[in-house]
Amino acid sequence: MTQRSEMTRNGAALDGNAMAGDLREIFAVDVTAARYMCAGCRHTDAVATLMLWNQVPGLVARCPNCGDVVMRVVRAPDRVYLDLRGSVRLEVPLEGG
Amino acid sequence: MARTAVSGRLIWRAATLVAAHWETPTARTLVLDVPDWPGHLPGQHVDVRLTAEDGYRAQRSYSIASAWPHPDNRVELTVQRLDDGEVSPYLTDTVAVGDQIELRGPVGGWFVWRDTSPAPVLLVGGGSGMVPLMAMIRARATAGTKQPFHLLYSVRTPADVLYADELRRRARDDAGLDIHYIYTRKTPDDWPSPPKRIDVTALNTYGWPPDITPDCFVCGPTTFVETTADILVALGHDPKRIRTERFGGTS
Amino acid sequence: MGIISRGFGGRRRESVPGLPPGQYLTHDFPVLSAGPTPRIPLDRWNFTLTTETGDKTTWNWTEFQALPAEDFTADIHCVTKWSKLGTTWRGVSLDTLLADVESTAEYTMAHSFGGYTTNVPLEDLLDGKAWVVYKFEGEDLEPEHGGPARLLVPHLYFWKSAKWVNGLTLMPQDEPGFWEAAGYNMYGDPWREQRYQGD
Repeated sequence: MTQRSEMTRNGAALDGNAMAGDLREIFAVDVTAARYMCAGCRHTDAVATLMLWNQVPGLVARCPNCGDVVMRVVRAPDRVYLDLRGSVRLEVPLEGG
Repeated sequence: MARTAVSGRLIWRAATLVAAHWETPTARTLVLDVPDWPGHLPGQHVDVRLTAEDGYRAQRSYSIASAWPHPDNRVELTVQRLDDGEVSPYLTDTVAVGDQIELRGPVGGWFVWRDTSPAPVLLVGGGSGMVPLMAMIRARATAGTKQPFHLLYSVRTPADVLYADELRRRARDDAGLDIHYIYTRKTPDDWPSPPKRIDVTALNTYGWPPDITPDCFVCGPTTFVETTADILVALGHDPKRIRTERFGGTS
Repeated sequence: MGIISRGFGGRRRESVPGLPPGQYLTHDFPVLSAGPTPRIPLDRWNFTLTTETGDKTTWNWTEFQALPAEDFTADIHCVTKWSKLGTTWRGVSLDTLLADVESTAEYTMAHSFGGYTTNVPLEDLLDGKAWVVYKFEGEDLEPEHGGPARLLVPHLYFWKSAKWVNGLTLMPQDEPGFWEAAGYNMYGDPWREQRYQGD
């Protein structure tokens, strides 16, 4: 069984597309099209493809390849915390490029 | 206009329901007036937030069903009622013309179709996954562009088809749009085969050959999306050209 | 507060006086998780206490079941705003587990199968304030609710009640666990509404 299908059976019904709104409150550009590199396994893909566990006010986004946590987003009433330690880097496309 | 759809300040704003109609017995299209809407790309969604009188809040994401520009400057959402849902039953059964809801968006810049992309397009939708794909079909017509579109739309029964009349009309009138339905529980009376789920044969027959290098958009319940994406890759499609959006649920 | 949506009720809930601020009473039991549910066979289960000097005490499932256990009732409060009153549990008190441990540490980190962690001051685990529980409402604790066993610290927000707990490490200084490092409050007192850092 692939990591992704195991995680789907275990409750990751959403993907990184569902983080678009919370991330747009931090960044002035869309981040779901950005590419992450997983710090655990170096898998690279669009943020939109991360497996999402939604435990509002906390979101956890995991790598579909290895299951490690790539991103955590905590939305407090007046601020948003973005924990990116599970991502080696983010490559964010800019409009007009 | 399209540029501001993925950049600029994002705020919660009030949207007023100006009209509504049922697509099926359990899915309702809401036509919203959203002042100063910056425009959006087909495939994007909005977050909807409801606040009760005691301050309790619930929030869900819904794909935008309409294209932009819109003849009446409206934003349309199509909401499928989930029986155990907290937000969807309110949007299908309670919210009335004149009522307000809060919207944040448009958001999402990955699961979008841009009319400047020349590639043929494969759309594969399961159930309410059809909503963002409908925005793409409508946007293609509004833009008047010529990329050929193949739509595979999987539903349980003929009564579950969203936008049934409009899809019939577009299949007839929109040059280059081909539509094939997959019925998983009950087929129309004149259907040549028994009900079945989406499979290699359907995608191979009604999709595009991989050497056409189409842009593929797959949307619907999570296991539908995973199964479809896996089949497309197995058929030889480049995974980088397959974009997916999972709606939750496993059917 | 924003726009009120006429006629919106949301999940069956009540704003009952006496709940911590910002909480709503629920009658179901939402399942919230930060990752896939670990499936731990009982013959692989263990709970390990580790002191700040590295001394370890481990119980396997059989040994753990042989420890004196308590049946008790507790109110639980989740940071996602639902509260559930009068929940019944069976488990081993942290007073029992820590009885023979020599330590000068004042803080602890709970660890779980699957990698979750959460920090709790030691004094918040003692004097009848915390348990490792394995039965809920008279039945074996289900995996989606943290079974085979979870930590239960009812006086703090429920993210501190680590599901699938497999150990506790004593620490001389407070350090953030999974959610605390991501922006939740280090302590998490629902009565002072300590949801986020700086609250």
